Amino acid sequence: MADKIYRVNMTDLTSTIEEVPAAWAGHGGRGLTSTIVAAEVEPTCHPLGPKNKLVFAPGLLSGTVAANSGRLSIGAKSPLTGTIKESNAGGTASQLLARAGCKALIIEGQPKGDTWYSLALTPDGVTINEEKELIGQGNFRVVETLAKRLEGKPGIITIGQAGEMRMGSANISIKDPDGGLRSSGRGGLGAVMGAKKIKFIAIDPKDGKVAIANPEKFKEANRTFAKALVDHPVSQALGQYGTNVLVNIINEAGGLPTRNFSTGQFAGHESISGETMHDTILQRGGKIKHNCHPGCVIQCSQVFNDAKGEKLTSGFEYESIWAMGADCCVENLDHIAEADKLMDDIGLDTIETSVAMGVAMEAGVLPFGDGAGVCRILKEEVAKGTGLGRIIGNGAGSVGRAYGITRVPVVKNQAIPAYDPRAIKGIGITYATSTQGADHTMGYTIATNILNVGGKVDPLTKEGQVELSRNLQIATAAIDSTGMCLFIAFAALDDAKCLPALIDLINARFNLSLTGDDVVNLGKYILRTERAFNTAAGFTSADDRLPEFFYTEPLPPHNVVFDFSGKEIDTFWNF
Amino acid sequence: MIKKRITVKLFAYFRDNRFKQEDREVGENITVGDIVDSLTIDREEVGVLMLNSRHTEFSTCLAENDVLAIFPVVGGG
Repeated sequence: MADKIYRVNMTDLTSTIEEVPAAWAGHGGRGLTSTIVAAEVEPTCHPLGPKNKLVFAPGLLSGTVAANSGRLSIGAKSPLTGTIKESNAGGTASQLLARAGCKALIIEGQPKGDTWYSLALTPDGVTINEEKELIGQGNFRVVETLAKRLEGKPGIITIGQAGEMRMGSANISIKDPDGGLRSSGRGGLGAVMGAKKIKFIAIDPKDGKVAIANPEKFKEANRTFAKALVDHPVSQALGQYGTNVLVNIINEAGGLPTRNFSTGQFAGHESISGETMHDTILQRGGKIKHNCHPGCVIQCSQVFNDAKGEKLTSGFEYESIWAMGADCCVENLDHIAEADKLMDDIGLDTIETSVAMGVAMEAGVLPFGDGAGVCRILKEEVAKGTGLGRIIGNGAGSVGRAYGITRVPVVKNQAIPAYDPRAIKGIGITYATSTQGADHTMGYTIATNILNVGGKVDPLTKEGQVELSRNLQIATAAIDSTGMCLFIAFAALDDAKCLPALIDLINARFNLSLTGDDVVNLGKYILRTERAFNTAAGFTSADDRLPEFFYTEPLPPHNVVFDFSGKEIDTFWNF
Repeated sequence: MIKKRITVKLFAYFRDNRFKQEDREVGENITVGDIVDSLTIDREEVGVLMLNSRHTEFSTCLAENDVLAIFPVVGGG
């Protein structure tokens, strides 16, 4: 099936199917969403107004049998950061969109009235339907209701109450193979979908399949690629302990942001660690391994049950557990799991919202360590859109401004995730220079700074950090275009067969002859395109800085500050 | 011989049939690698070694009150 562009105009409620412009043909995933946003969205527009566009793009390999290829990229101008944004997640939607022949879905315009809508995408096009029943409902109710209302097993992309209320922390949720949710969490993309008055999108590819130009070569490359993934020890550890295995190692390194980024180690680290979580899951009959999308061979996700053995949450990630745990000083893993489930349901980015809670704790809104209080505020304030709920739901920066707090860990107004940039300096360069606000996944220097993957760079010295972040950000932008989960990077950094096999997969899918250099050039093109959008939106190098307190407040136990000058940070862009 | 008191911490599956944390007394010129070997942990399986929260190597000699953390190859993010 030939790939097409599906375009929906929410101003006049029409949809079209278009040929793929030549300039977009070689792109997928993040490369495509950023190319389209840069080409079609006025950089200075209001992110919640009719001029912003919400773009969904499966990766270049999504919908094929290539291992780990089911990530969906979602792009727009971010209402949280004001920058260009791409956020990707698993679930089934990416593969189903690709099988429907949809290279990208572009949603533009804005309806004038109060009516809410849903979209249904098939190979024949997109229909726009009025939606009443699910308005005001959480994501789990949406998924359960649609399982009964719709035939077959369509992909579901949905927003919760946070998206409807256009909160800066609102995510977009994607149904996983078991009816759980995966989240395009960062940057408030759920608010953009809410501003377009779209509650959910259902995707049914009918009998559509992705065409492979050279099936034999594709099969062979996939065998090599999948073997490289499965054989890498990090993949195996991710399957056993999930991403939360990081709590103890980042704590040991003195880089686990604790008590709203005031110290680098958490006394309660053991009770929220991956090791404790692993044992708890086993005791309660949960699932140690779970795949967020079909075809994943790493299976870092899991199902975490409550003390009665009932499912409490799934996809219980390190970042969420760190944020609600160490950063808010909550030691009770059940409270953290409950908060995780609530945030998934309301449709909130767990990083942004939990860091916002940490700032709120510093402001005295609730005490540090009050896990039950966090759950109460999520249910009674944020989900209901009270004044306090909206302040928290608009992110860490919003809470800091509302309460006059100076220790507010954000870059370009997006909350800093689970690695303190004072003790792990490479990630500070990524936070500062990322085109999308603070985001560890943009250039995950933790691999090399802490985990000894892809070499070693001492986390506490300045040497080599800019180059490390640059190389990783370029590689990541390219990987984000393939539909691949970023966790393939561990194998790609260490196993010489992995990356060539990935390139062979793309070549076999499209009958191309790309080389490693082409992939690097693709990554550079994406970063430059994104940065040009931000520059046109009014951002300068002065925005590529960390908040003041990182330069002035030494972080225990190493008692270090972030000590890169602006000039040193700006050398990142020398490529 | 002068004995030095050190603390050894293990993580992830290295804890299986071993321990989370243990205080030990070791002799002169004992290295990080000696401790790993004494625990019958295959050096190939070691991903990260930290001594007093700083990365270290198998060849480093241990000093009084050192805290040694031994991790298998792990990742996340």
